[in-house]
Amino acid sequence: MRPERFQNRPVRWWSGLEWPVAGLALLLLFNLTFTPGFFHLELRNGHLYGSLVDIINRGSPVVILGLGMTLVIATGGVDLSVGAVMAIAGTVAAQLILRPGFSFPALILASLAVGTLAGCWNGFLVTWLRVQPLVATLVLMVGGRGIAQLLTNGQQIYFEDARLVFVGNGHLLGLPFPVLLSLALLGLTALLTRRTALGLFIESVGDNPRASEFAGVSTRTVKFVVYAFSGFCAGLAGLIDTSNIKSVDANKIGLTLELDAILAVVVGGTALTGGRFSLLGTVVGALFIRTLTTTMYAWNVKSDVAPVPKALAIIAVCLLQSPAFRRRLAAFRRASPS
Amino acid sequence: MASDASAPLLEIRGLTKSFPGVKALEGVDFTVRRGEVHALMGENGAGKSTLIKVLTGVYAPDGGTFRLGGAVIRPASTKEAEAVGISTVYQEVNLIPHLSVAENICLGRQPTRFGFVDWAGMTRRAVAALARVDLRIDVRRPLSSYSIAIQQLTALARALDVSARLLILDEPTSSLDAREVGELFQVLRKLRAEGLGIVMVTHFLDQVYAIADRITVLRDGRLVGEYETAKLPRMELVSRMVGRDWSAVAAAPRAVAGVGEPTGEVLLELRNFGRPGLVGPVDFSLRAGEVMGLAGLLGSGRTETARLIFGIERARTGEMRLGGRPIKVHSPRQAIREGLAFTSENRKLEGIIPHLSVRENIILALQAREGLLRPLPRARQLALADEFIQLLGISTPGPEQAVMNLSGGNQQKVLLARWLALQPRLLILDEPTRGIDVGAKAEIEKLVQSLRAKGLAILFISSELEEVVRGCRRVVVLRDRVQVGELTGPALTEEGILQTIAGASHAP
Repeated sequence: MRPERFQNRPVRWWSGLEWPVAGLALLLLFNLTFTPGFFHLELRNGHLYGSLVDIINRGSPVVILGLGMTLVIATGGVDLSVGAVMAIAGTVAAQLILRPGFSFPALILASLAVGTLAGCWNGFLVTWLRVQPLVATLVLMVGGRGIAQLLTNGQQIYFEDARLVFVGNGHLLGLPFPVLLSLALLGLTALLTRRTALGLFIESVGDNPRASEFAGVSTRTVKFVVYAFSGFCAGLAGLIDTSNIKSVDANKIGLTLELDAILAVVVGGTALTGGRFSLLGTVVGALFIRTLTTTMYAWNVKSDVAPVPKALAIIAVCLLQSPAFRRRLAAFRRASPS
Repeated sequence: MASDASAPLLEIRGLTKSFPGVKALEGVDFTVRRGEVHALMGENGAGKSTLIKVLTGVYAPDGGTFRLGGAVIRPASTKEAEAVGISTVYQEVNLIPHLSVAENICLGRQPTRFGFVDWAGMTRRAVAALARVDLRIDVRRPLSSYSIAIQQLTALARALDVSARLLILDEPTSSLDAREVGELFQVLRKLRAEGLGIVMVTHFLDQVYAIADRITVLRDGRLVGEYETAKLPRMELVSRMVGRDWSAVAAAPRAVAGVGEPTGEVLLELRNFGRPGLVGPVDFSLRAGEVMGLAGLLGSGRTETARLIFGIERARTGEMRLGGRPIKVHSPRQAIREGLAFTSENRKLEGIIPHLSVRENIILALQAREGLLRPLPRARQLALADEFIQLLGISTPGPEQAVMNLSGGNQQKVLLARWLALQPRLLILDEPTRGIDVGAKAEIEKLVQSLRAKGLAILFISSELEEVVRGCRRVVVLRDRVQVGELTGPALTEEGILQTIAGASHAP
């Protein structure tokens, strides 16, 4: 690496976003050319409809999980439990809505609190008991669905309550409600990390934990907070998902979504080794993954083979982000006769 | 094969090994005879561990010849090295604690019958191997149920089990107490009598003089010389290791010691301060407006003392007083709140946050003290960064530059800025000039003096004696993890420090 090339390049909010955005743009360009009606937008009853709206709507849970996951990964950890925590939070919501007389705001708070509590448990394991994050969060990933099953006695629960249904299906200002929720969470996360010192501490702990500790940063507090926050995000995503299908099946909600969330973070340019993170990158990453899925649907790719082209596209974006790979690619192009 | 008994067991000529950007070994000769204990000595970066790793087949040499018992060898792996009779016991006992002693000794070469492990044979073999190191224990019990000293002897037995001719011991005594060291040396003397060649790497001078027959000294990847232990006074050994010629030092005019008289109150007092097994006891006090040096060889306890004061490790014995008040520091966080600051000798692992900007690196400790919920306003951060970039002359294109793109000297200045931003009472500098260029060294020395003049108490640790003598009013000297002297006034010279380190009593 030749440092002088980077010398006069200050860190800007969009730095590092080029490649995920380029990947998303390429994918959209492909659809613009080859998928008829992909960009068709329609206003029905004052609500916006179309593939693009569908992407950001259906992508919301992964955006929301991804925001929490970004902070966890930036500290050098990972949270595998978010899918299962979604199931717990969703179950709690569905259980409480069937209880007559239970106030709706209290229900929302309860679901989010349960998610946050699960996150605190992960944080406790990682910081106080010093369990490896992978193992610590694996505990809830496996056990969480069991807890959700226990809450429902293994039954599927259906509900019709209009308020709870609105969370995942409603529209506000012409946009699907989940989209507004993810925008709000993006704002909240940005505020939480950039208007307090949390963002700086997360990045320093992820980049060099020992040096951070020696500089007086409480790595424990920082790590605990990010796992708790990731749990909160999972709670919110669980509410949306449950509301979306008007029922709860503890074995299905959020299944393998933790992997999509991790992918979104990686595609968005935050390194799995920790350090610098990009919230917008994660949002772009989540949208990229969702656009891929929607593209598969549009092309009638069978759902059992769809993961293969999806995987290839993700590998491509990740390679593009690697400076080492780009250098080799450039060298290869120079070497080959034009 | 040459059977001449007087021929050397191991003969290395012109060994060269480079890593990207560094010449780790340059034309080094090394000879070990049969039936001798040979100490390999040198300070940090001398090339001791590289030499051992080449010898045991971990690294491939770039050049040079190896002869073992007269035959040319070229081990390409540790297995090959073992096969020709070179066995190593590493500093960290690298055995498997949950397996039995017998399994540990025979691991990878278990005796078999009909393709199955022959447990009875293994036990017999382990007992026989342990008998060579005078150890009679139940070999079926797990290794972890025995003391570190017994584990060390087990490692030794394992090394001997492969019909070793040359035994390499890397810091074999670093985790043993005095009695255990004595037992180990007993075993080594016995093995020496059996005709084994033993290479020992250690930082403990007393132990070298207790057991080694000859000494080879390396410095900066080159051979300094090979000596008979009996004919090499300690003083000379030390000056050869640190690269200061004793006679030259003695002849040179005395450096002007006593830079400035301390003006302030006693800030830091250590009484019988230490942690068994790590360092101590140390006793000294430090005033505001005073620079005090800590000198000693590598592994003498300099860094460990600093770490105890800053709360990275907790002290177990004695007392520490700060501003007259007794205090127990249990974390760097607490130390910072008490007005302490510490720059680690390991800039990369324990200092800089590489991907973060100069600004973020500078404000980090201050922000950590302010707390999570009281972020320093952006304007204040930039003002601080600019102030220190100016004050310390940090050469960077701007405050938003990632600190990893700066040179070593400028990274060091960024770290100093991080601590100065806290306006500490006591600044502990551990090797602040290591690995930085001459110009930056001079600037940092100058900065230390101007901070002293402003009333800061500074504890200055450096392996460059010249620097210590130039910058400090008093110097505490450590040897083998205990304080052995305190020099001040006219006694504070490089020569004086060297003599104290060597433990020589013939002061001029």
